Amino acid sequence: MQDAREDSWQVYGTTLSSRLLVGTAQYPSPKILSDAIRASEAEIVTVSLRRESGGSGAGQTFWSLIRELGVRVLPNTAGCHTVKEAVTTAEMAREVFDTPWVKLEVISDDDTLAPDVIGLVEAARILSRDGFQVFPYTTEDLGIAGKLIEAGCEILMPWGAPIGSGRGLNNPYGLRAMRAHFADVPLVVDAGIGTPSHAAAAMELGYDAILLNTAIAKAGDPVVMARAFARSVEAGRLARLADPMEPRDMAAPSTPVIGRAFTAA
Amino acid sequence: MQISVNGKPCEVRAETLAALLTELEYEDAVVATARNRDFVRRRDRAETTLAEGDEIEILTPRQGG
Repeated sequence: MQDAREDSWQVYGTTLSSRLLVGTAQYPSPKILSDAIRASEAEIVTVSLRRESGGSGAGQTFWSLIRELGVRVLPNTAGCHTVKEAVTTAEMAREVFDTPWVKLEVISDDDTLAPDVIGLVEAARILSRDGFQVFPYTTEDLGIAGKLIEAGCEILMPWGAPIGSGRGLNNPYGLRAMRAHFADVPLVVDAGIGTPSHAAAAMELGYDAILLNTAIAKAGDPVVMARAFARSVEAGRLARLADPMEPRDMAAPSTPVIGRAFTAA
Repeated sequence: MQISVNGKPCEVRAETLAALLTELEYEDAVVATARNRDFVRRRDRAETTLAEGDEIEILTPRQGG
């Protein structure tokens, strides 16, 4: 059996060994952010672009901290509600972060932060044509997923549950169907993960990786939780490779029946 | 001239986007810029002239999920 540590995956020609992607927001301090990212063993972290008041320097300090970690950055278009906003934000991010990667979010409403999948497909088409390598934050809708691939996406990132909700996998059936339908496309569960068991469950479904932020950042001890997620993602991946048993309705004795005492010979 | 910078009204002397960044002390900072919701590349800032009422965005790297 393969060791998960030697088991890599690829996206847009980049080979990765960690199957955990981590967000950089909401940590109690920059020190805890750094320590948690190291503990998570993530090779990719998500970042954003925001306004900064002249001279305050918060963004520059943050950017130095991320560069010191030596990880790849995946800029997002978080908070964009229109195709135009998302495309402009992606263009700005490409220049600042010097990467063609973009975690494309086009948000439909603020209660669910659900993807606006129609806008998402349009933005993905525009950005892919312009040389971006798009990581679309989408739903488990197979039709939309197909259109995203047609638009040029080489990876799909369906939600587990609404962003920041920590509810886990709301639709395991839909995620399983997506895995089966797109057997050769890298699939990442992005958003909604609350605990390591959720992450392990997604990996057992055959997902290539997990992207999460709040579950680590808002834990009582983010550094320990980051370690817990690193292990759960690895455990889930190993379980997938090991081909789990089929569940059954009735009990089946695990201890041999033959040779049991107090029975007729 | 009256423009808006990051959503706030702003009276500025600068006539180009590059001059605006100097005026607002962003010279050495890693920032990305947009004018009236269109991205303006770093190399185009010096030729991007400002007009009354322009909406300028100056964005920097930040935490994200």
